[in-house]
Amino acid sequence: MHRFAKPSVFLKLTGAMMPWMVTLTVILTVVGLYLALFASPVDYQQGSTVRIMYIHVPAAWMGLFCYIGMAACGAMSLIWKHPLADICARATAPIGATFTALTLISGSLWGEPMWGTWWVWDARLTSMLILLFLYLGYIALVNAFDDPERGSKAGSALALVGAINVPIVKFSVDWWNTLHQPASVARMDGPSIDPSMLAPLLIMAFAFTGYYFIVLVLRVRLELNQRRIRALQLSGVFDDRAPTSGDDSNLAYDQGHNAGAGK
Amino acid sequence: MTVFTGSDLTCLRGERLVFGNLAFSASTGDAVMLRGRNGAGKSSLLRLMAGLTSPRRGNIRWQEHDIADDRIAHRARLQYLGHQDAIKPVLSVRDNLRLWAELRGVSDIDGEIDQALRALDIHHLAHTAGRYLSSGQKRRTALSRILLGSSDLWLLDEPTVGLDRESCAELARLIASFRAKGGIVIYSTHIDLDVTSPTILDLDQFAIPMMEWLADQDDADETDTGDNHPFDIDQGKQTGATI
Amino acid sequence: MNAFVAILRRDLRLAMRQGADSVMVVAFFIVTTTLFPFGVGPEVNILARIASGVIWVAALLAAMLSLERVFQTDYEDGTLELLTLSPAPLELLVLGKVCAHWLTTGLPLIMAAPIMAVMLNMDQNGFATLMIAMLIGTPALSLIGAIGAALILGARRGGVLVSLLVLPLYIPVLIFGAGAVEAALLGISAQAQLQIMGAILLLSLAAAPFATAHAIRQAVE
Repeated sequence: MHRFAKPSVFLKLTGAMMPWMVTLTVILTVVGLYLALFASPVDYQQGSTVRIMYIHVPAAWMGLFCYIGMAACGAMSLIWKHPLADICARATAPIGATFTALTLISGSLWGEPMWGTWWVWDARLTSMLILLFLYLGYIALVNAFDDPERGSKAGSALALVGAINVPIVKFSVDWWNTLHQPASVARMDGPSIDPSMLAPLLIMAFAFTGYYFIVLVLRVRLELNQRRIRALQLSGVFDDRAPTSGDDSNLAYDQGHNAGAGK
Repeated sequence: MTVFTGSDLTCLRGERLVFGNLAFSASTGDAVMLRGRNGAGKSSLLRLMAGLTSPRRGNIRWQEHDIADDRIAHRARLQYLGHQDAIKPVLSVRDNLRLWAELRGVSDIDGEIDQALRALDIHHLAHTAGRYLSSGQKRRTALSRILLGSSDLWLLDEPTVGLDRESCAELARLIASFRAKGGIVIYSTHIDLDVTSPTILDLDQFAIPMMEWLADQDDADETDTGDNHPFDIDQGKQTGATI
Repeated sequence: MNAFVAILRRDLRLAMRQGADSVMVVAFFIVTTTLFPFGVGPEVNILARIASGVIWVAALLAAMLSLERVFQTDYEDGTLELLTLSPAPLELLVLGKVCAHWLTTGLPLIMAAPIMAVMLNMDQNGFATLMIAMLIGTPALSLIGAIGAALILGARRGGVLVSLLVLPLYIPVLIFGAGAVEAALLGISAQAQLQIMGAILLLSLAAAPFATAHAIRQAVE
């Protein structure tokens, strides 16, 4: 398993998979959007506003899914200390935060026609808001250190602590909500859902998942390549173009050593 | 008898390779002096030896047991002096030392503190608050900390910083008597410390250029910052094509 | 266990010599609470209605602000490095430090809470529950906050960062703490809320020292 987690293997493997993933995701998105926006039936109460659900619900799933993924990466980095796990967790956070923000925005847009107000302290929306805070805290933490590795490690620990906390927050917000909620507010989705609505919902969820993996792979590749550049910079290979500027003591040092090694 | 050894040690600070393939060994009563230019990794090596950090590769052993296997036992046998003196300005010298004596499970706390303070010639400062100490007095207080409780290994990172000539001589005497009891002292210093026949470990010898190390990773099962082929242009092209 | 007592005693002695910390936390708590009548108006009914929530939010903020310093000074002067190198388990030392933090900030907050409750016209039958809820809740705040305080060691902008990390984690304590008082004010038993708070306290007691010790080891690495 470590073989696949090796950065070079990862780069090669994902490079080969990328075109397929992009194609699949584009197809899923087009089909999903067509079914959601044109082919699916209109809700007899909500009219066409129900179509917001096809964005809102998959985005909410992805918001949670990304957080679980982040925490899983954090656990892997703690147990196996593999740097790729840290990079994945770090790359997942902004994507998850975006999905969560999308959930909140689409929920708010949906709420306006349904409840007549942009924001309701509904249990689900409130939980998603707290999830967004957890994401923002993670992102702020990993970027607050001069040493990126230290930031990633601190982030992994926070992601795990947050993951323990998410169910507790969910439970307490539900509890708080049932206590304070005026009963008249409609639920966002009914207890059962018609298959004609379920199909586009699932297809959209898969499309979102595909999008997540594409962006994740791109971000991880970017980070790996950046690290490679930094490693090369530190090794002094870029120095010989301009020996008078920059850190030339380093250069002299390396050259001296190379000469010694060559003997 | 060789007690404390390290082999094939590679140390990364952040993403910078500090040293590689370093080996050392020390027997009872040995003194090892670490030498090397700034950034050669003297502090990093002492921190590795203390178990504060883990080596990227290689291991450190005490009597054939990897120190990573039983960190508590290793901590109980070592005394570490870092760059900072860890002295609280509002506590007296005695109260500052008391915590460390208690954490090491010393039974006769006051007696040992008195003894340590006398050894460093700062017994008259026992009731002075930390904020009134000069930097040399602070350093001596920190040094008296390593005398508390029993230990087999001293790791001293620049112990002479801020010390005057007489204090340096005192430190040298303390090191000599610790060695006479079979203790191992590993230290780094910029000025000459009068230690008899120390083994010299020159860290500049173990610096390896990043490129060489990256290439070496080919054989290793796991890589971290590096990659097999730092110059592999094909992979770069692939990235470009997919974006 | 000796190590726990040793670090607890040293931190208490430090707090006593420095003195101002506990007073500042309580002062912050009182000033923050006092802001609310200015914000929502001095109407007795409204104040009585929001009293429990206001007191809890102010206590949360006060606990969080004081937490930032728990490990920071030790980190800066090298003490934390030596603590991780001491033969005593770091988790135990963390617990000792958190305990000292609670004794010097959580306990004074509990003492100050009824005074603020009186000033906000909270009904009398909520007082006992408020005190009990804070007695269970504030140690949990200290424990959870310690994780955040350890994670930000060595970071830029530590102070603002710790609030962003810790406040979302405080929400369950806030919900059940305020909920318990509200139940008592309505004349319902607050047992369920207090029990859940106890569960939160136990969970953080079990998990927080390990997470904090882990974060500290990363920081001194």
